[in-house]
Amino acid sequence: MKNAAVSEEKHKTTGLTDSGELGDWRRATLGFLSDYSLILIFVLLFVLLSFAVDHFFSVENMLGLALSVSQIGMVACTMMFCLASRDFDLSVGSTVAFSGVLCAMVLNATGSVWLAGASAVLCGALIGFVNGFIIAYLRINALITTLATMEIVRGLAFISSNGQAVGVSNEGFILFAGTSFLGVSLPIWVTVICFVVFGVLLNKTVYGRNTLAIGGNPEATRLAGINVEHNRIIIFLIQGAVAALAGVILASRITSGQPNAAQGFELNVISACVLGGVSLQGGRATISGVAIGVLIMGTAENVMNLLNIDAFYQYLVRGAILLLAVLVDQQKTRVVRD
Amino acid sequence: MQAKLRFHQISKHFPGVQALDRVSFEVQGGRVHALIGENGAGKSTLLKILAGEYQADGGEFSIEGQARRFSSAADAIAAGVAIIHQELQYVPDLSVTENLMLGHLPHTAGFVRTGEAVRFVKERLRAMGVNLNPQARLRRLSVAQRQMAEICKALLRNAEIIALDEPTSSLSYRETQILFGLVRELRSHGKTLIYVSHRLDEIFELCDSCTIFRDGRVVTSYASLEGVSREALVRQMVGREISDIYNYRSRPLGDTRLVVKGVAGRRLPRPVSFSARRGEIVGFFGLVGAGRSELMRLICGADKKRTGEITLDGERLRIRSTGDAIRNGIVLCPEDRKEDGIVGIRSVSENINISCRRHALRWGLFCDSRQEARTADTFIRILRIRTPNRRQIIRYLSGGNQQKTILARWLAEPKLQVVIMDEPTRGIDIGAKNEIYQIIYQLAEQGCTVVIVSSELPEVLGISDRIVVMRQGQISGELLRQEADEEKVLHLALPVGEAAA
Repeated sequence: MKNAAVSEEKHKTTGLTDSGELGDWRRATLGFLSDYSLILIFVLLFVLLSFAVDHFFSVENMLGLALSVSQIGMVACTMMFCLASRDFDLSVGSTVAFSGVLCAMVLNATGSVWLAGASAVLCGALIGFVNGFIIAYLRINALITTLATMEIVRGLAFISSNGQAVGVSNEGFILFAGTSFLGVSLPIWVTVICFVVFGVLLNKTVYGRNTLAIGGNPEATRLAGINVEHNRIIIFLIQGAVAALAGVILASRITSGQPNAAQGFELNVISACVLGGVSLQGGRATISGVAIGVLIMGTAENVMNLLNIDAFYQYLVRGAILLLAVLVDQQKTRVVRD
Repeated sequence: MQAKLRFHQISKHFPGVQALDRVSFEVQGGRVHALIGENGAGKSTLLKILAGEYQADGGEFSIEGQARRFSSAADAIAAGVAIIHQELQYVPDLSVTENLMLGHLPHTAGFVRTGEAVRFVKERLRAMGVNLNPQARLRRLSVAQRQMAEICKALLRNAEIIALDEPTSSLSYRETQILFGLVRELRSHGKTLIYVSHRLDEIFELCDSCTIFRDGRVVTSYASLEGVSREALVRQMVGREISDIYNYRSRPLGDTRLVVKGVAGRRLPRPVSFSARRGEIVGFFGLVGAGRSELMRLICGADKKRTGEITLDGERLRIRSTGDAIRNGIVLCPEDRKEDGIVGIRSVSENINISCRRHALRWGLFCDSRQEARTADTFIRILRIRTPNRRQIIRYLSGGNQQKTILARWLAEPKLQVVIMDEPTRGIDIGAKNEIYQIIYQLAEQGCTVVIVSSELPEVLGISDRIVVMRQGQISGELLRQEADEEKVLHLALPVGEAAA
């Protein structure tokens, strides 16, 4: 096994230098297949389901699917940066809940939708900043730091709401999530915009390139003159703000701020990223992969609902899909690892 | 006399590469036999075949006249062959005893009989003349001691043939001498050793016989090194005449440019000062742990300074991070390329552009990918970085090409003033070394100040205009090129009282 891996790696190195071994078109095809295997798998799955499952392929169902993953999708964009820089954020679920509660409370107190939304997003950014600061400057492991802030922020959500859902009656706020443009509702638009913006950030800006470099080798990146600490803080700050925005949209959709909302949300987001080929070892991430990951999660859930599969069994299927996807990915990248 | 180990027409093919091409040579028992050659010449592949990690496509090898074929590492160990790899294989938090007897610890119903194991290992270590505490955890030992433990492990498994792959690459001068002592001891007990190294001095000091590899073939095999000249070995290794691999070119020096005054930090407690001129190549020599790397890291902002100031062209600099240093034109090519230099899983282009891309932003935010591609391609061409293209993942390149990529990263900076290179040619073959020296000379000719830290004395003597020697965290002396020789430099470098030894 080890031998095979080693000689395959050798193959990969040398295969690129000499063009005699494999035909150009064959190599290109293989490269394409391995680069886009995820997309191909999803397209195949999608076509198959369209034929096999009643009501799956309809505009209505597609929009419902998209809406159901819109919050996960938004936060997956920023989680991608986090994972790409070899970090972790478990606090996003709590941030979603707390920002929803806060938004509802500010709204009830002031009646201003903008003020409520802005204060929630600012608060999310602050939580993210605290995470980033502790991880970057106090050098506490991201897993531990965000596990702690996950508990703390969840606690804050319960304390500030006395453990009760904070109802919202403001018409404008309730309409907010229901607004549609070109037949597509606002939460979906926000998610699409997130994918575009963060895709551009990852691929086209110094911030994105540095994030990938940090994930690949933090020390080498620091010695190359990049301010790794600042970059880390910005990643977490944006992550907190986007999670809070997701919380605001969720609160608008369910017309209340629920302190126990979005339990396990962080793990769904991380699952979606990993499904999308983001490496937990850092340095490897693509926005298209994350989009596909989110869609696979959403499709699986949607289909299971359409087929009336018991919610308890859905957990098993979700876990199995995640394991399977990571296994496939690992087979693909085995040759790349040392 | 029958050879202990005999390779006959061994071939090994990897897709696109003939790694070994009908390699034949013999190693006599009770000798230290050197394998030398540039990186990629086939030495490691041969060792891996000997260790059972690879299978040869053709040919065979025999031990004491008996043909052997190992299909796994376990086969090789059972046949008394042990390979000590450059990257040692040990469990850092287990004791010497536990590491040495891993898998063979005496036990009763699963409970280890620790006392018995320790006594056994202690006795065996004494018999081998090795001074190691059997109960020390490996993490607490020096690299040399860990290496020794590894060798002892091979001996405990009754290895008769022991191959050492670049064992001294991370050892200090003293540790190297201790290792050599052990190797000689083993030879006197009749063991056969295969010694792979880049350092010719070591080969002449330690080895009895030698085989030279080039491009997967055996160029020559010497049964005795007596009367063989260093130049002959180099010529056969590279396949061309390199009369002087340093090829030193003198040049006029400018005014004093870099002044380092009283710099100290956590890992360099006592303040250190020196200065360097425009266009000057300053070589820093010292034993491992003399504080050279620590000093360089303080200068270029990699570590935090406690005291001291750095002046460039009369202007006092505020350097609190590597970013500050780079903006002032002071850059570092770090000692540990893999850990501190390259971002291994990213492309050559990404590794070149990581710093300089900030100069070519559109609207202050977006990277200019066309400019980045141009930069990468330009430097791949002028530094002759051997890579299929700029998108190649950098860790697949050889050490020399990785080093050139890091150099390209800094050459792409618009106002380069001081280039600090820590062990610029460690683990790099002679051909690439020569190219890197040429780049260094060109930098100096263009007015850069180049500071080289190296543990290879011939290198320091060969390329520097001036040699600064450090000892125990202090500068112990400076020598101009004309007045420096090995003896004087070593005298300054060795701890007081040891110089005579």
